[in-house]
Amino acid sequence: MSTTEPPARVTLGELYRGFLGTGARGFGGTLPWARRMLVEERRWLTEREFIDLFSLCNFLPGPNVASMSVIVGSRFRGLLGSAAALGGLLTVPLTTILTLAVLYARFGQQPGVEAALRGVGAAAGGLVLATGLRMAAALGRTPRVLLFLVAAFVAVAVLRWPLVPVLLTLGPVSVLAAWIGSLVAWRGRM
Amino acid sequence: MSPLVTIALRFAVLSLIAVGGVTSILPEVHRVTVDVHHWLSDAEFTEMFAIAQASPGPNMLIVALIGFHVAGVPGALTAAGAICLPSCTLAYLVEHVWQRFRGTPLRRAVEAGLAPITIGLMIATGWLVARGAPGTGWTAYAITGLSTALVLFTRVNPLWLFAAAGALGLLGFV
Repeated sequence: MSTTEPPARVTLGELYRGFLGTGARGFGGTLPWARRMLVEERRWLTEREFIDLFSLCNFLPGPNVASMSVIVGSRFRGLLGSAAALGGLLTVPLTTILTLAVLYARFGQQPGVEAALRGVGAAAGGLVLATGLRMAAALGRTPRVLLFLVAAFVAVAVLRWPLVPVLLTLGPVSVLAAWIGSLVAWRGRM
Repeated sequence: MSPLVTIALRFAVLSLIAVGGVTSILPEVHRVTVDVHHWLSDAEFTEMFAIAQASPGPNMLIVALIGFHVAGVPGALTAAGAICLPSCTLAYLVEHVWQRFRGTPLRRAVEAGLAPITIGLMIATGWLVARGAPGTGWTAYAITGLSTALVLFTRVNPLWLFAAAGALGLLGFV
């Protein structure tokens, strides 16, 4: 993926349609699709900008991709841009889920549907893994990066610790380490 | 109090404590909707979780299903608005403050510090989703491994992988 300059002007319609596609395809989580749209397809953000935006949204409360759409919309078109992006993100999922709610209330559980969903779930796990690995490749491979990446993975996936305490302890320590690292690099140049 | 007002207030508060996304507040959503208000039974909550997982879009939509169950379409829209708007307003405000720190050492350190944690969590999510339900067989792991490789090394649209994996499930292979 080459990093090209983002388009100087993104219209409200483009914001709406970009996030409409993200919401409509977001099976198994919207985040991989948001990255695909923002970084690969429309190139509104570079890989690094996307990682920083996602990190910020991860530490803010609420649905991550919704916050992300609000911030991307705001960067390009202000408050109206935020409304267009969030509206686009929610249109298809809200319609779909209400339709499903009505159908489900009427037809109940079908064993075939459940089996198909198990297959889709396995593929969706692969999509999330691949997206994480691609983002990891975009970071510098320093000992600090690897240490905190692996620590976050082990805490949540292996030890199954709750997310909020993990974020509140690892976050400040990692920021401090990055801060000290940058000071050392700066001294080294003197 | 009208159920719509109750839904709006309850979910608006949850919106602001959902650090790390809606998955982290699902136990609290369960407590409020099943134990406190008796809007749903345990079984109904589980069914709604399954529907929310099976449909596209942010998984916060389980609150829209609960709103629908309690008060029809107005309930669904109220619940979706209440879970979204407070946190989105906060994101909008934080973004404006954060822009002022652009290029400062503080912002660079925060971004450099948070990025590896974020990505570690992302890989953890993929890992947990892939391990999936109890009794996951080797075909499920094979599908996960293959789709990881295909997304990493080819430009195939993942929707085709989902369709193929869904068909394998339907035919009884997963």
